Amino acid sequence: MNFVAPHLDYAGISPIIALTAGIVVVLLSAVFRPVQRTGPGLALVTLAATAGLLIWQWHDPTDLVAGALRIDDLAVAISLIAVTTAAFAVLLSLREEAAEQAGLGEYHALMLGSVLGMVLLSEAQNLVTFFIAIETLSIPLYILCGSNLLREHSLESGLKYLIVGSIGSATLLYGMSFIYGGSGSTDFAGIASGIAEEGVLGDPLILVGIGLTAVGLAFKTSIAPFHQWTPDVYQGAPTPITSFMAVATKAAAFAVFVRFFEVALLPQADEWRPALAVLAAITIVVGNIGALGQDSLKRMLGYSGVAQAGYILGGIVALNAAGTSALVFYLAGYAFMNMAAFAVVVARERETPYGDDIRAVRSLGLERPLLAWPLTISMLALAGLPATVGFIGKLYLIEALVEGDYTWLAVFIAVGTMISLAYYLRVVAAMWMGPRGEAAQPGPPAIAGADPEADPVDPEAGRRLYLAGPALLAAAATVFFGIVPQPLVKFAEAAGAAIGSLH
Amino acid sequence: MINSLLWTPLAFGLLGLFLPRRLAGWWATLGAAVTLGIAISLLAGFDSGASGLQDTVDVNWIPGLGVDYSLGLDGLNVFLVMLTAVLWLGATAFAAFREQERPHLFFLMMLLAETATLGAFVAQDLLLFVLFFDLMLVPFYFLFGAWGTDREYGPTASAATLKMIIYTLVGSLLMLVGAIATAIIAADGGQITFSIAELANHPVGTGSQRWIFWFFAAAFLVKMPAFLLHGWMPDAYRAAPLPVLAVFSGVLAKVGAYGFLRVVLPLFPAATVQFQEVVLVIALASILYGSVMAFTQTNVRLVGGYSSVAQLGFITAGIFALRADGSDGAILQMVNHGLVVAPLFIIVAILAERSGTEDLREMGGMALRAPVLAALFLIVALATLAMPGSANFIGEFYILNGLFQAKIVFAFVAITGIAMSAYYALRLYQRTMHNRKPEGIASREIGWRDGVVLAPLVACILGLALYPQLILHRTDRSVSETIASASRPSAEPPKSHLRGSTASALDCGRLAPCRVTWEAPPGFDPRKAVARQ
Repeated sequence: MNFVAPHLDYAGISPIIALTAGIVVVLLSAVFRPVQRTGPGLALVTLAATAGLLIWQWHDPTDLVAGALRIDDLAVAISLIAVTTAAFAVLLSLREEAAEQAGLGEYHALMLGSVLGMVLLSEAQNLVTFFIAIETLSIPLYILCGSNLLREHSLESGLKYLIVGSIGSATLLYGMSFIYGGSGSTDFAGIASGIAEEGVLGDPLILVGIGLTAVGLAFKTSIAPFHQWTPDVYQGAPTPITSFMAVATKAAAFAVFVRFFEVALLPQADEWRPALAVLAAITIVVGNIGALGQDSLKRMLGYSGVAQAGYILGGIVALNAAGTSALVFYLAGYAFMNMAAFAVVVARERETPYGDDIRAVRSLGLERPLLAWPLTISMLALAGLPATVGFIGKLYLIEALVEGDYTWLAVFIAVGTMISLAYYLRVVAAMWMGPRGEAAQPGPPAIAGADPEADPVDPEAGRRLYLAGPALLAAAATVFFGIVPQPLVKFAEAAGAAIGSLH
Repeated sequence: MINSLLWTPLAFGLLGLFLPRRLAGWWATLGAAVTLGIAISLLAGFDSGASGLQDTVDVNWIPGLGVDYSLGLDGLNVFLVMLTAVLWLGATAFAAFREQERPHLFFLMMLLAETATLGAFVAQDLLLFVLFFDLMLVPFYFLFGAWGTDREYGPTASAATLKMIIYTLVGSLLMLVGAIATAIIAADGGQITFSIAELANHPVGTGSQRWIFWFFAAAFLVKMPAFLLHGWMPDAYRAAPLPVLAVFSGVLAKVGAYGFLRVVLPLFPAATVQFQEVVLVIALASILYGSVMAFTQTNVRLVGGYSSVAQLGFITAGIFALRADGSDGAILQMVNHGLVVAPLFIIVAILAERSGTEDLREMGGMALRAPVLAALFLIVALATLAMPGSANFIGEFYILNGLFQAKIVFAFVAITGIAMSAYYALRLYQRTMHNRKPEGIASREIGWRDGVVLAPLVACILGLALYPQLILHRTDRSVSETIASASRPSAEPPKSHLRGSTASALDCGRLAPCRVTWEAPPGFDPRKAVARQ
């Protein structure tokens, strides 16, 4: 028996090649003194090239590497979300302490490595690539979370994420072994036919496997009750990394969530749908209630991310093409809303002594309208108010859920949104409705903000183009796609149609 | 045309951002005036004899989700659009005469609010309606929270506003789910549409109607606000800036009542009939509770606020009489109440400037040297208590007429509301304008600035009192069509080709014009019919 090397479709794997080459170049750039500070620029070039290659693959589904990967519209869409978020995080990292601490080359190479994991994960077609990709995604992030060596919180965040993430990975791997044992295949399509044909439908072995993989994925996507790490890690990590994690990790993990559950485990749908629906409902409630009364903006956004993960999970529960499209649509919209919010948080962290405390944005409407507007729009969009992409996203999800006969979960989304208003609007109120006159000028903090080590490093950060620009751009996109959603709907529909087994 | 009606205010608001501060208010007033001009020309071109929608716009907005950008006018909304345009012009002008903090943002929000409110009135797509209904909250959130007054006791302006937003969004988010469920159930696997007219032709099953009805009713009853759902009202009313409160109370509450007529009655006829008495009980409770609270409150704003609760109770009762005359009266009364309550809050602002207080106990004697102000206020007060001769009297008469023929017991209770309205309206007038004048309160005639705002509004009240048919004549046909589905005991689609005031064709009141029209069935050829004879 001789080994035949699998045929390589170089066009299909070109985004992966570009990213890998980028990682090498960025890492090497740190070694040579003359080009030492070009890390961010090279990373941006790499991401732009990757995005271009991904768009080139749009509407051209191909099996890659003997079927271990498949680049289809879902993969391209999710990868584009990840790449965009990463490019954005690179901009936010300019002059960020963490990037300087870790070394510009290493920091950006790690970020690109994580993006590589995400691209692979969104294309994964079997358990092996699934697991390799999720580790490629996670390990750089563990390091990046702890990259600000001077801050205790950052180190704590990195360690916490490492431990929890490893438990998640281990659970996932354990679950995969059960599923392989039950169905006799590592391939997603093979698992589906294995379950359906070999009469192991409802077999405890498979059910345990499904349960464990679901828990593993729930860790990665911060679905309650496996979300406890999220607020701590989000708060402790350097803010640009938080912004990257919040959206891109979630997007990539949900992509594989969709593929694994809606392709491999489709025959068992009657078992896992109610379970995931309950998880989604719990997540919505826990996330929204947890976010109430949080003074740290990053922590609040962390809990809000938990709640949003609950909404997005609804797209899988719906188990129809509309549900998958709604999931992609929501993730794309969520990327814009989160970018706008995090850019403002980064700017205020550098401007004020309050860190990411809500006091940092007090009276922002008077002081820096160009920062206040993006944050306002972002909060209103996250709360799902009309004329923003958040409203259309919720509409899309609810429509898919009602169509999939899960109206009660749609009601949960509505109820969760109501609760969420209380904390999103609190931020808006702090910006626009703070005490007027004398009291509006915050004095020196008694105990410095949420983060005792936070110092104003750049009092003019809010005027820097690399912070205000992305914030305004993301906010503009949030409003634009709320008023003209059709292009984004088409994008999401194409991605949703990639899962051929659903209607 | 209807597009320019909808977007003119917002366009003016956005352009106003680039003008100098002192011009922002006048620019906004100009925007509101242009909008009123467009509204008047739409009304002038309105054909009261035609059935269905006029001036329609229908564009596929999000084809992927079945949402259309579809607008239109008919008898139900044409006067509410007028009311919106009139009151916004008054309130914007009133605000422009005064110094505002951050005027650019204030007037942008004012005009955004006008666009959103007009959108809710003219939307003919269920989801577009929900969208505008929710969008209305955003500008009012800013207006109440950022320009409101923090009171010594009770929550701060931003907390009061937050309470209002959460209350109202509780209803409207459930309404979003309800709207989507309606469309999906009605589509039954086919192409999803949110067109209200389409959905009315394919009502969903009675079982689904029951729960969806309450999702919508919750949104509308909170907005009004109805008894038990009015918890946000006192704090928000205390906090709100008065010109904003004038349009808020004058128009926004009506969106809820209008929603019943536009959405609930045609789309959920079976549930409407089933829950008629429940809603009537809520309406009566609102009348009684609102009236009693209105004559015990000492804060002038809250007298206005609770009287609105009572008046909106009346309007709801009129709609849920499920008879054409009741709903005719309800629409007339919506316009009347808007025209009465907005000047009332503007007068409150004028009085507060003269007395430095909004507490009835500390006011008095302000008519002394201000006969014109007193006269204007008296007209408003008398209209509020539905003095015979005012349009409010006609409106309440229609409502009670409908209610008497539908549910006589409820009508008897509702009548007490009229008696009580006389008490609180006169009490308000007397305590502020007459009685002994306390020290430190100036009795000053209103200046030309306030007169310019107030006099036209009062003129509208008088005009409607003289000629209420202006409204009744144009609404009757649409109302009958709306009521038709709910006044039949079953949810069967219309079989009869007799249209018009079918509900009250036999026993319509003395005042209601009886009109029975015959419409040819499809494929009907008169020549063949004659030949057959």
